[in-house]
Amino acid sequence: MLDLTKYESLGAALRDALDRWPDEVCLIEADRDRERSRLTYRQFRDAAEPLIAALEDYGFAAGSRAAILMTNQPKWLISAYAIFFAGGVVVPLDYKLSADEHLQLLAHSKAEVLFVEYPLWRAIAEAAGFHERKLRVVLVTEAPLHADLAGGLRWEEFRANHATEFRSRTRKDAACIVYSSGTGGRPKGCVLTHENYLEQCAAVAPVFPFWPGARYLSIIPTNHAIDFMGGFIMPFTGGGTVIHLRTLRPEFIREAFTKYKITYMAVVPLILSNLRRGLGEKFAALPRSKRRILDALIRINRALTRRKPRPGLSRALLKDIHQAFGGDLRALLVGGSFTEPALIDFFHGIGIPIYNGYGATEACTAITINDLKPFRPDTVGPPVRGMEIRIVEAGSDGIGEVAVRSKTVMSHYLDDPELTAETIVDGWLMTGDLGCLDSAGHLQLLGRKKNMIVTAEGKNIYPEDIESAFDGIPVKEFCVFAANYLWPQRAMTGEQLVLVIHPEPGQAVNEAVRTDISGRNSRLLNYKRISGYMVWDHDFPRTVSMKIKRAVLAEQIGKSMDRAAMVPL
Amino acid sequence: MNTIEQTTEEILNLAATHFNFPRAGLQASDDFYKKLGIDSLQALELLTRLENHFGVELPDYEVQGVSDFHTLATRIQARL
Repeated sequence: MLDLTKYESLGAALRDALDRWPDEVCLIEADRDRERSRLTYRQFRDAAEPLIAALEDYGFAAGSRAAILMTNQPKWLISAYAIFFAGGVVVPLDYKLSADEHLQLLAHSKAEVLFVEYPLWRAIAEAAGFHERKLRVVLVTEAPLHADLAGGLRWEEFRANHATEFRSRTRKDAACIVYSSGTGGRPKGCVLTHENYLEQCAAVAPVFPFWPGARYLSIIPTNHAIDFMGGFIMPFTGGGTVIHLRTLRPEFIREAFTKYKITYMAVVPLILSNLRRGLGEKFAALPRSKRRILDALIRINRALTRRKPRPGLSRALLKDIHQAFGGDLRALLVGGSFTEPALIDFFHGIGIPIYNGYGATEACTAITINDLKPFRPDTVGPPVRGMEIRIVEAGSDGIGEVAVRSKTVMSHYLDDPELTAETIVDGWLMTGDLGCLDSAGHLQLLGRKKNMIVTAEGKNIYPEDIESAFDGIPVKEFCVFAANYLWPQRAMTGEQLVLVIHPEPGQAVNEAVRTDISGRNSRLLNYKRISGYMVWDHDFPRTVSMKIKRAVLAEQIGKSMDRAAMVPL
Repeated sequence: MNTIEQTTEEILNLAATHFNFPRAGLQASDDFYKKLGIDSLQALELLTRLENHFGVELPDYEVQGVSDFHTLATRIQARL
């Protein structure tokens, strides 16, 4: 791998990578069982050149921002490379957000260019809040011949043929603005510098090295920090190959393992559960004698890999299982949300190492990684190289808020000095998560201090972001909370959102109100839905500017009402 | 060609079989995540079953945000 500690910017490192491995395959695009394209590093560079030239002609300057709004595909990475080469800042947007939310984030980020798939752009252009503004829109997927492109240019039209000039950046310059949440009126745009990324890669590379021939299966959206690192910067700076699978269908993921002999894949716990379910069904269908042999082999494998993973040995012991994963799988990286120890333990048994960890967009992805030396499914591992962890205001049980300090901590939240000052205190990033460090230096996570939930799909949901869905319900006032924020629990899974409603004096919460709430809830994306509501009979405490004092209200509710008061929806 | 009612009926039948759920307990307006107690990946597995049955192909993004059988039926119907 390239020694990233010697580089000033991601653009410079990627440029060198393209020159160093010109004939290696860097990208394969597969849709279900069909391979659509494959590119070598040389072809990747050739595809980016006309784009860089067009950006230069457009007046895209060093420090200019360009947003990327796409599903996982080669043009995501080609666009990002072109932006970095031209000295720009990448704004990765989550394609799963709504068109209105995309509009908000485009405006907030002040992006000058947008690389977008046509169906997503069509939805934005049709959104109520859409109005044309100075934004060069480049459509990366085919649009019908006579379609109204609402000012957008086709990918084939946004190109120029002249020599390009690499614009160097310093380590302290912004590389990306990544929204860790944010559509409830206060977008949290994490400004991550080139140093943040270069240091993060250098810290993680010893655990997940890449080399020409190593293959990463990319299914987590590339706008997500895990895939941006694991499915772009790290494989590219090691000469590896990234396979973009355009579907999340479990059967095609399984097929891709064997077809492409995958080395690494990053997953969220939900995908891991799905893989376990599939394997569990196969195990259950085995004749009793074969099942007994399998159980014995799993016991032997467990005993022999307790101190460290031994992939060769596990492959020999449990050959059939490993063949189903392609035979070359080194590790599955699980992140995005908390993973149940039992799930990690299942895969440990069959000799598929699961590297869990703990991260935050604000810390440029990984804070800890469990290196499995020894196997410890009960923790999220020790801090990665260069990361300091401190437990703030620890109680007698050693549990307190996790604070971290490292060169990977973001510069600031875009245009929000107040929130930045609350989040980065004396150089320490306050994560809002509760945990403790054990005698081996491993971090254990035990709950949250902040008002948010994380789903098994790895989605961070902030209650404020979904409140607008309930605007207009016929009550005096309402507020959404994470249930664990009202009633703290030492748990990181099964988190729920609850709607607190304060009816008008004398108003009964009747069927009409319930139907209204339920109807609005069902129009939210399934992972954003509230689990229930509860009635609160007092005025919400508010600031002078009439904002709800959420922390005060949460404390009042938590003290005087029980979780059982939640009416499930 | 199927009517939307026929398509919906066939989807409900397949979902009931696939998840071993009593057919009589499923309605077009049901939220399939909630009613069947499934996650988004299981919903995609069902989608593959439906594609094979109807002989159509739906990209994952076409069904993003869809959670009731009726809307699913309209998306499939549009491709028949």
